[in-house]
Amino acid sequence: MKHIVIIGNGIAGITAARHIRKLSDYKISVISAESQYFFSRTALMYVYMGHMKFEHTQPYENWFWKKNDIDLIEGYVNSIDTDANKLIFEDGHHLNYDDLIIACGSKPNKFGWLGEDLNGVQGLYSKQDLELLEENAPNKEVCKRAVIIGGGLIGIELAEMLRTREILVTMLVREKNFWGGILPEGEATLVANHIREHHIDLQLETELKEIISDDKGKATAVITSKGERIDCDLVGLTAGVSPAIDFLKNSSIEIGKGVKVNKYLETNISNIYAIGDCAEQMEPTGLRKPVEAVWYTGRMMGEVVAQTICGNKMPYNPGVWFNSAKFLDIEYQTYGWVWAKPKDYEKQFYWEHPDGKKCIRISFHKDSNAILGINTFGIRLSHEKFDQWISEEKDVAFVVQNLNQAHFDPEFYKKYYSEIKRTFDNQFQSA
Amino acid sequence: MNNTVQRNMSLSGEPPVALNTIQKFSVLLGMFGLGVLLLALFNVSFPNKTTWLTISLSAITLGIVIFSYGAYADRSAGIKNDGVWQKSISSRGFLAWLLGIALTGFYIVLYFFPQYLGLRNEGDNVGVIALFDPLSYFLSGNPASQWFVYGTLYTIAIFAFGIKFIWKYRHNRYEILRTISVMFFQTSFAFIIPEVMARLKKSEAYKDIPYYDLKNIWPLNYNNFQQYRVDGFISSGDIGMALLAFGILSIFVITPVLTYFYGKRWYCSWVCGCGGLAETSGDSFRHLSDKSLFAWKVERWVVHSVLVFVVLMTTAVIHSYLSYDASKYWLNKDLFLIGVGVFLGLLFAIIWYFKKEELQKDARYGAIGYLAITLGLIAIHYLSGSSVFIFNPETLRSTYGFLIGSIFSGVIGTGFYPIFGNRVWCRFGCPMAAILGLQQRLFSKFRITTNGGQCISCGNCSTYCEMGIDVRAYAQKGENIVRASCVGCGICSAVCPRGVLKLENDKPKGRINSDAVLLGNDVDLLDLVKQNKN
Repeated sequence: MKHIVIIGNGIAGITAARHIRKLSDYKISVISAESQYFFSRTALMYVYMGHMKFEHTQPYENWFWKKNDIDLIEGYVNSIDTDANKLIFEDGHHLNYDDLIIACGSKPNKFGWLGEDLNGVQGLYSKQDLELLEENAPNKEVCKRAVIIGGGLIGIELAEMLRTREILVTMLVREKNFWGGILPEGEATLVANHIREHHIDLQLETELKEIISDDKGKATAVITSKGERIDCDLVGLTAGVSPAIDFLKNSSIEIGKGVKVNKYLETNISNIYAIGDCAEQMEPTGLRKPVEAVWYTGRMMGEVVAQTICGNKMPYNPGVWFNSAKFLDIEYQTYGWVWAKPKDYEKQFYWEHPDGKKCIRISFHKDSNAILGINTFGIRLSHEKFDQWISEEKDVAFVVQNLNQAHFDPEFYKKYYSEIKRTFDNQFQSA
Repeated sequence: MNNTVQRNMSLSGEPPVALNTIQKFSVLLGMFGLGVLLLALFNVSFPNKTTWLTISLSAITLGIVIFSYGAYADRSAGIKNDGVWQKSISSRGFLAWLLGIALTGFYIVLYFFPQYLGLRNEGDNVGVIALFDPLSYFLSGNPASQWFVYGTLYTIAIFAFGIKFIWKYRHNRYEILRTISVMFFQTSFAFIIPEVMARLKKSEAYKDIPYYDLKNIWPLNYNNFQQYRVDGFISSGDIGMALLAFGILSIFVITPVLTYFYGKRWYCSWVCGCGGLAETSGDSFRHLSDKSLFAWKVERWVVHSVLVFVVLMTTAVIHSYLSYDASKYWLNKDLFLIGVGVFLGLLFAIIWYFKKEELQKDARYGAIGYLAITLGLIAIHYLSGSSVFIFNPETLRSTYGFLIGSIFSGVIGTGFYPIFGNRVWCRFGCPMAAILGLQQRLFSKFRITTNGGQCISCGNCSTYCEMGIDVRAYAQKGENIVRASCVGCGICSAVCPRGVLKLENDKPKGRINSDAVLLGNDVDLLDLVKQNKN
């Protein structure tokens, strides 16, 4: 019987394991050094905030794995012998595979800052990071102030977490606008205002210069690019993540930024695949990036690679891009592509509610008027509907007219579709 | 003790803050109000009962309301479950056990030893019940009973904690409207109207009219068809007959129709008093419900067994006071028993014929088993000629009243809020929830839809489901949630950080989409899954 080994028990690796089990009776082993059982990494913040206990982040009960005959191995893979189809673990023991799926995920970015390896400096990605945070910032007495480097999703989540324990937070963001690489100015400003209302000291156009150590090797302050010194007990490094593939450096598996894969998620070695955060697409689909460190894409790659391994060779061909997040109390959804700086073929329509907590931006083609994408803040819209409208290249006027069909807010919520439509008509139709 | 050594995150986490000044003041105020009741309990006789009762109840209400103001007013609107699993009171800590034991003790005294509260059959009440006499006289013209004391405190709890709930979820209009509804039905239908209606008893024509909380429907109201009540209804002219008719209509017409359109939530989380208390006072404990598969299996067997129990018990009780003589009254013993048998058999046949494939294997076994028991007991009755079934109907009724009505719904159901969560009774014990659940599962427009492929399996929805449904299991598959136990509280939708869940009433067709495939991939995978199913 074929033995499929999966390195990593995140959403990508576990989705692959589950689908392989649905499609076959291969022997399946999943290796993780992080945790015995699969948990939702995106939910780690809720454990620190006290909304959930760690076991609540585990989607399956502990008996699930045995019942489905999926072996869980706790261990850290040090290297891969691709000629002998063998994994070598840190403790020296070996494991043979027939097919190998690398789904080892990411690690927080470090850019060679002075002091980036001091105690009290950490990222937020793994379960161990959370345990470390519990040590570094258990309360506002031990951790009086935290400085967070980088304004993205993990940065804002870390800020929210620390604020629930009333720890003072300063965020240093390199760009002129919050998450400015992704969000157009309207949304970025809305989020920045919202962040400041939550008593978070947001400093835009400010970078980290160095982290100062005390005499015990622990971070005690940061110096910013503006020359300011900020005393702090915790430095959160949240300037993005990159594939955690150091253990592959001496193998014959081809790597770039991540593990290089083709459309079929195959590496240069025929029986080895890579999926999720750590995979780097050599031919990315459409406008997508080669490395997509997003929950949903990890899940999709897991589904696809399972098909291939079980004899139904299938390319990774994701449909309309989508993503979502929550900025403190504001939910964010995006479908299709809305560029922070509009492309030359792109026109954008923006509506914002006077309360500054809800907005919507629709991007469309300036010649054909076909909808290209949508951002919403504080309004829930149906994924299915927008998936359909964007693939069918519906006219933007039609979309604005029929927004209520994509309504997904809870019952009795106030609807803003007529106001949005009026604003749209004023901007584009009456001209 | 060194905190940093403790690596278990669920234990080492520290709650955000101690109480703020406003909250400290409100705790003092509320405890003062409770203190007055406690003193009364120990027979301190207050000089002016009306004044002291007003002071006490106002202090309790204001204490809760001001506490909520201190907790939520200066925080931005949104989900704020910070520290829920780190605070003693809401994570089965010392305070939770203390509260659980105190509540349980209160229920035991209330149900079984009301004399300790000051109830007197002869002469005037004493103790804490006497303190409530003025209010009771004002409403109904009668002295208070332990149930009046309980009803008053119950209403205050729903009202004051309802305000807390609204504050906490003020960004969510579904929650606000639902809570106002629950507060309204408790205050008017469950408390004031029945008390005022009791004044009818003063006139000769209505002297036997039973106390009737109109929203309390059989089988939750398991006493509604007892002899004294039915006699009371019949002897109370048009009003009595109207009430009796309403009681029967509620079962066979009103609830099925409303449940068809809106799901069982119209009752369980918009109207019902048990649900009302669970949603308001019990909100701080909603995350304690057990989500394991094991708990789900226990739940299905226990709640449906209670339903069968209540059907048998009611049949036996009604049968016991009907006559054999068809000339005396059209509904005689035989006609009634045959009617019940035919009705249950027919109901079973219809469900089996139209919805068989929707029932899981154990549900089928259960349904057949229970039908066999019920029909078997009726058959035994005819063959052996024993009085009613093989049990004495009064024994059956008192057993149900003790085990289910008192111990389950009160002592365990509410007393154990801080340990087992706030909907233990609704989930494991309520026969009304079981009936509405069957209706909801088999024919209703209600479902919770999931948003394409947006679920991140974080687990907030499952954690905060008070009915112990593993909502995430559906959401991460992109499958609609159609469950008998769902009371439609809407919290899963509220706590979801990705806006994945939506409570909906829509066309029955396509309600159960077990074929659902997560969006995101190209269509090939979708087709493939469909092919594999064929």
